[in-house]
Order: sequence, then structure tokens, then C-alpha cells
Amino acid sequence: MPIRMPTTALRTAGQAARGAMGARPASAAGALTFARGKATLPDLSYDYGALEPHISGKIMEIHHKGHHQTYVTNLNNTIESLAEAKEKGDTFKAAAMAPALNFNGGGHVNHSLFWENLAPANKDGGGEPEGNLKKAIERDFGSFDTLKTQINTALAGIQGSGWAWLAKDKTAGTLQVITRANQDPVTGNYAPLMGIDAWEHAYYLQYQNKKAEYFKAIWNVINWKKVAERLEKA
Amino acid sequence: MAGPYTLPKLPYAYDALEPSISKEIMELHHSKHHQAYVTNLNKALEASAAAQAEGRLHDSAAQLSAIRFNGGGHINHSLFWENLTPASSPDARPEAAAPQLLAAIGATWGSLEKFQAAFGAALLGIQGSGWGWLVREAATGQLRIVTLADQEAVVVGDTPILGVDMWEHAYYLLYKNDKATYIKNIWQVINWKAGETRFRGPREDAFKVLKTQADI
Repeated sequence: MPIRMPTTALRTAGQAARGAMGARPASAAGALTFARGKATLPDLSYDYGALEPHISGKIMEIHHKGHHQTYVTNLNNTIESLAEAKEKGDTFKAAAMAPALNFNGGGHVNHSLFWENLAPANKDGGGEPEGNLKKAIERDFGSFDTLKTQINTALAGIQGSGWAWLAKDKTAGTLQVITRANQDPVTGNYAPLMGIDAWEHAYYLQYQNKKAEYFKAIWNVINWKKVAERLEKA
Repeated sequence: MAGPYTLPKLPYAYDALEPSISKEIMELHHSKHHQAYVTNLNKALEASAAAQAEGRLHDSAAQLSAIRFNGGGHINHSLFWENLTPASSPDARPEAAAPQLLAAIGATWGSLEKFQAAFGAALLGIQGSGWGWLVREAATGQLRIVTLADQEAVVVGDTPILGVDMWEHAYYLLYKNDKATYIKNIWQVINWKAGETRFRGPREDAFKVLKTQADI
């Protein structure tokens, strides 16, 4: 799989056309693309097998080509229905799209951010945060180890499907660990910096019911350079 | 601490539901996932009771989420195992095993096929982990399809008749992201006799499998 993941992989065609005109969204959620008005599955910047042995190639392949693609497809269908409803002035139908928009839109955004904040262990994956990110983590959590423990506890505590995020609280300026159920995206006062997928499909083929082992292993493939970049823009 | 709740034995072998549900799935699902709900339910109940006995309501109340989640997990799975059966069993044949339930389904949805289509659509619509249930509604006695998130359980009023687990752990090793095929295939191993018994009997009987040694 070629390296073709632009820093901002989520743009509308209009935004892409404006290019350097400053249309690029400042938030981390700028990492997704709409080609010709449609959401598209972003390419991974590494091979499916590149995160092994921490995440198997089989998991990555189904997760990206199967699950993520389904969110993209259903998001596009939802947006189309929404446009039809808008055209007809049918506000009831438009409002009925809300759950599907949140779920599939969230699924697309969450996975796009997730792929980017992972990297092979022999490239940018693993290790420790540096620079301003390291300082912010030490300021807000005391240490990197405490942050990891807190995220692992948050992940273990998710009752069902969901995500754990390292996020920036925009008003307080501090870093926080938050969880989101199902595909609820990180929005509002929070800027997502780093996400970990706690859906069973993210680990089950390799780890089965031993999710604590997945949560432990994933630290070997976290791309802290990308997380630091997101913090600078948040 | 053994705890009051224990993992119920399956009424069939782990491989008995093949090819609809694989042996590996059944073994992990029962001996690991369900066991974890039982273990964590007992722990949370004990922690809650201990805190309450010591006058720490805040610490006792803090366990409620774990009791609800793990208690729901224990209830849902216990009912689920009972409403499955090998495809070769006479209990898997709705016409013979569930005449009254089938008549009520026909009266409500028009036909078994239409009910299965409606139930399947409800299952596919679950956003995240959860369960789908055919229930007998307390207020009206009518059959209803309900979906519940995570390990929420049919515990308030309604009677659970048939449940299908839509957590990914219930099908992923065999079906991966093709949950529609899991839903299609699970009809082969639905225990209609169990559904008929729950439908015709008093609500309390549906939960009999959950009784502890102390209750009996």
C-alpha cells in the first residue's frame, strides 16, 4: 500500500480547490476527504501487515476495507437522503437522518483519525511523546506512564463498543482522557488528538476476549509525532 | 469468593450449533465472556453491599453501573443459550415446537417470514453492541421487537421470548463484518420450544435459569 495520506485527508472538493487559500480546517478532523462531494475511504500510509505483531494484517485489512468502507458508503447514502429531504423541504425526513449521520459520519471520522495516529513500530510507532506534547502530558497527567494507565483504564471501562481519546479541552487548554460510545465523534469543546478503537472488531481476530492485551500492545504502534502535530493545530 | 451467581451449563455441546455458530465462538462466548460477566457481577454486588453495610452510600452507588452491565450480561447470555438449540433438534422447528407463538407472530406480522425480516432489520440497525429481543409486552400482551444497547436487559415488565446477541464477539470469528449472514443463519438454531414455553408461561419462569443455590 503506497504512502498517500495527506496531512489533511478530509476536505470537500470545494475546499480542495481552494487549496492554499487557507481552507484547510485547523482541527485534527481535517484529516478526511470528500472527492466530488463524496466521502472516500482514505488510503493507509502503511501496509496492512505493517503493524504486526501488535495488530494483525488480517484485522487491519477487514477493519479498513470492510468496516471503514461501510461507514463511508452509509455516510454517503445518508448525506444523499439528507440532500433529497432538503430539496423537498421535508424537515421530518431530514431530522430522521440524524442517528445515521452521527453513526456513519462518526465512524468515518474516528477511523480516519485512528489510522493516522498509528504507525509501524519500526517507523514512527511507539516510543514516547516529545516536545510540547510531552510537556503538556507531564503538566496534565504527571507522567507519560500515568497517561497510559489512565487511557487503559478508560478503555477497559467501556461497556460495549466505543473509543477512548486523548483530547484537548479547548476552553481549559488542558489535555484529557475521554471515552465515546459506539461511533460518537469527539466534537464541541474537545479536539481529538489520539484515538484508540475499543470495538471488538478492532482486536477480536487476534486477541479474542483478552482485550487488555490489545490495549497493552497498541502503545507500540502509536504515532506520537502525528499526535504532537494535532496538538499544535488544536 | 464464589459469589451467588454461577455460569449456567449449556444444554448442548460447544460444537452443537455448527455450522451456524462455530465451536470456537461458543466456547469463548460461554467460558470467557459470559464467565466474566458472572465474575464481575458477583464482585460488584459484594462491593456494593459491603459499602452500604459500612454506611458509604456513595461507594455503594458507584457499583450500580457495574451491576447493571454485568447483571445484564449474565441475564442476556443465560436466556440466549436457552433459546438456541442444534438445527437437528425438533425444538428448532417452529411449526411443531411453537404453535401458539407462531400463531401470535402470524397475527402480529402477517407471517413468520415477515417477522424474521422485521427482526433482522432491527438487529442490523443496532449501532454498536447490543441485543435484539422478541418480547411479550407487559401492558398489552402483544408481541414486540425491541433492541437494547450493550448489556441492557429485558427486566422491566416485559417477558423475553427470543434473544439474539449482536455483540461482535457473538459472530466475528466466523462471519467477520458480514453480520447479515450471521442473522440469516441463526434462524437455523433458534429454540422455538423455549420461545413457546416463555410465551405461554408466567413471566417469572423465563428467568428461572438465573436462580442461585440460595434461591432454590
